[in-house]
Amino acid sequence: MKYKINPTIAAGDSLPQPSVSRRQFVMGAASAGALIGLSGSPLSWGTANLPKLTERQTLSGKHFDLDIGYQPVNFTGKSRIATAVNGSVPGPILRWKEGDDITLRVRNHLAHDSSIHWHGMILPAEMDGVPGMSYAGIKPGEYFDYAFKVQQSGTYWYHSHSGFQEQTGVYGAIVIEPKDPDPVSYDRDYVVQLSDWSDEAPEDIYAKLKKRGDYYNFNERTAGDLWRDIKEKGLSQTWSERSMWNQMRMSERDIADVTAYTYTYLMNGATPEQGWTGLFKRGEKIRLRFINSAAMTIFDVRIPSLKMTVVAADGQNVEPFTIDEFRIGVAETYDVVVEPNDDSAYCVFAQSIDRSGFSRGTLSPNPALSAPIPNMDPAPILSHRDMGMAMAGMNHGGEGASTMTGMDHSGHDMSSMKGMDHSQHDMADMNMPMATPLGKAGYGSNKEITHVKTEFGPQVDARANSPQNGLDDPGIGLRDHQQLYGRKVLRYSQLRNLYPTQDRREPSREIQLHLTGNMHRYMWSVNGIPFADAKPLALSFGERVRITLVNDSMMTHPIHLHGVWSELETGDPEYIPRKHTILVQPGSKISYLVTADAMGRWAYHCHLLYHMPGMMREVRISHNGGVA
Amino acid sequence: MKMTKRGFTVSLLAIAANNMSFAHEAADPLISMVSINQLEQRLNNDSQSDDLDISSWNADVWLGKNLDKLWLKTEGEFVDGQREESELQVLYSHAIAPYWDLQTGWRGDFNQDQNQHWFAIGLQGLAPYFFEIDSALYFGEGGQTALRIDAEYELMFTQKLILSPELETTLYSRNAPKHEQGIGLAKIDAGLRLRYEIRREFAPYIGLNWAKKYGNTADISRSNGGDIETLQWVAGVKVWF
Repeated sequence: MKYKINPTIAAGDSLPQPSVSRRQFVMGAASAGALIGLSGSPLSWGTANLPKLTERQTLSGKHFDLDIGYQPVNFTGKSRIATAVNGSVPGPILRWKEGDDITLRVRNHLAHDSSIHWHGMILPAEMDGVPGMSYAGIKPGEYFDYAFKVQQSGTYWYHSHSGFQEQTGVYGAIVIEPKDPDPVSYDRDYVVQLSDWSDEAPEDIYAKLKKRGDYYNFNERTAGDLWRDIKEKGLSQTWSERSMWNQMRMSERDIADVTAYTYTYLMNGATPEQGWTGLFKRGEKIRLRFINSAAMTIFDVRIPSLKMTVVAADGQNVEPFTIDEFRIGVAETYDVVVEPNDDSAYCVFAQSIDRSGFSRGTLSPNPALSAPIPNMDPAPILSHRDMGMAMAGMNHGGEGASTMTGMDHSGHDMSSMKGMDHSQHDMADMNMPMATPLGKAGYGSNKEITHVKTEFGPQVDARANSPQNGLDDPGIGLRDHQQLYGRKVLRYSQLRNLYPTQDRREPSREIQLHLTGNMHRYMWSVNGIPFADAKPLALSFGERVRITLVNDSMMTHPIHLHGVWSELETGDPEYIPRKHTILVQPGSKISYLVTADAMGRWAYHCHLLYHMPGMMREVRISHNGGVA
Repeated sequence: MKMTKRGFTVSLLAIAANNMSFAHEAADPLISMVSINQLEQRLNNDSQSDDLDISSWNADVWLGKNLDKLWLKTEGEFVDGQREESELQVLYSHAIAPYWDLQTGWRGDFNQDQNQHWFAIGLQGLAPYFFEIDSALYFGEGGQTALRIDAEYELMFTQKLILSPELETTLYSRNAPKHEQGIGLAKIDAGLRLRYEIRREFAPYIGLNWAKKYGNTADISRSNGGDIETLQWVAGVKVWF
């Protein structure tokens, strides 16, 4: 297990020489790593020795060769070095067939360890591509042969699970043709892969966030906003609205950690200026396979003047329903079908959750036609609800300090702290005996919200005492779109699997996990414990459990469980949708069922790249939960 | 071997990270920050001393991880090119609450002829209503104890134009005439700086700085021919990286 935090060429001076090994191979691009190592400043060396950016390939068959290497790119007017798969960002579209046994040889031409994780795939743990859990990763100059049976169909994606390489370009799409006739009828399909590119090295972004958490936020409340609020609402209401935020030392305008200040949002690798184009003929049914491959950006997607029929979520077919707009969390996928019945062009518009920027493309019957680009909607502003407050209930960190400085008269959480003393420090012990019977499968949790002891300390700045159910919530900034614009916005509660639920058992137990952090210090954790200090979460092979995620923070977290499905409890036990990534709204909770039917060590984490190092767990599925 | 500063840092990180797992390294990397909070020229707002060339600095450096850091804090003043007075603190900083760090260490005051050493224990952090607080007790030679509390606020006119009022109060436990320290409330410094963040890391500013000595401290200073109250125009830059 070896990871390097500096995957990019930006760390030029410390690039090691590729190690010599029996499995070392010699290729044109492989020498690039050595060349970079000798050349001193990363910006000074010529790019002539590296291949030109390749048009994204579509690869199909049963054997695939993927080469991860350095690649000059220019998304912003400045030349930068990306880490790319087969010379393109995004990497190639892989088209598989359900039921095929496939092999993939992934070669690492980088000067750092790399890896590929097949996101959402049901496969053996050792093929999952997570260094430190599935395998040791792929060393510089070496390769790894993946081999597994494709057991599912739909839209998925792949990406590096090493360092911050997702940010610098190691991601691509997977489209799997079903074995049986596709329940979705369409005339053509397009992958629409959304991502975020920065000219900054990812470790620099991360360091800036640690130094100043609001570094990228240029939408803070100003004196002008204060004046306007006082004029509109009066002094006392303005004061009372703001006093909570002021006392908590949090910003209601903190929507995205990293914004368009540094990001250029891409659609299939095209910048907003370029735009991606998908052609159609009038009357065709077009299946758009949306994939959010961004490092940090949650997008809100719509196609003005076109209804979208959602047919799949996270690759799994759902009972079709029609919407105008949907939020796609990092790592989620949605397949929608659109039917333009005239010869106009349509804008595929994906605005970032904080409205600092967008990516866009065009669906057009004619390459010469373009569609008007809509304005972005107003940026969301967080409310008390997003803090998991029942108006009076939110407790916030700083009690110890406030006693010391005498500046904070809160401390109303001491009683709840005492009540928590029976709780345990680590994840393995989270499986407390239940005082109340478990909620029925499919209907979610009815357990009370408890904050364990480890949630208290400098690493956690807030705890939601009365989290809302996030299931029926379109999300911050979207809740009024129906009312304001007449747009129907996707809600998780609308997802209904196309096929009946396979595992009809009741959950045998419930695991409540809290998504925690300190935004000021830019630390993220689960139950207040970062990955580095956490014990694995032990599941017994074959058991059916409920996981309830409580988002104690005010960020929206996309939580991805590897290896097994996250079966979202939408209130319909007969048709539970299966997802691999679940968006957890700020100050909200959400429950899903998990059947632990895949042995081994699996990663379980927030898919926001700079949250992931802390907000992560290993899930270990073994016989008897590892207990002898 | 030629090594850029950045490369050097990266190498250090790589060495530090070698024996650690990804998780430790990635979630809690060793980071350093240099903040020059104030680097400014000061102009007295009274005619008697208007020809003095006064410049001052206030800067911090920290190196560390999420919860534990080594802090260096320094401030001081040049008058007519001579270092008039300066101060350096070397502190170990440990997070004790979401917004608060406990800082302990050494402080040295370097004046023209009288140096003074202190043991420092302080609390630095963000108070409710977004007040940046740096408060500390200092235990010096001869039983002298000092308490200093600094509070700063940022009022954003726009995303880049920011008005920052600051208030610093100093108190002493006893009289120490050779250091110009008198018992009780000794000094209040108030600043008002309007900066424009050209980048987050680089902001020129203009402002006012007002300082007044009180009680025995004022008497001692007066007998030494020092100023009791000053009002100065300031212009400078705030830089961090």
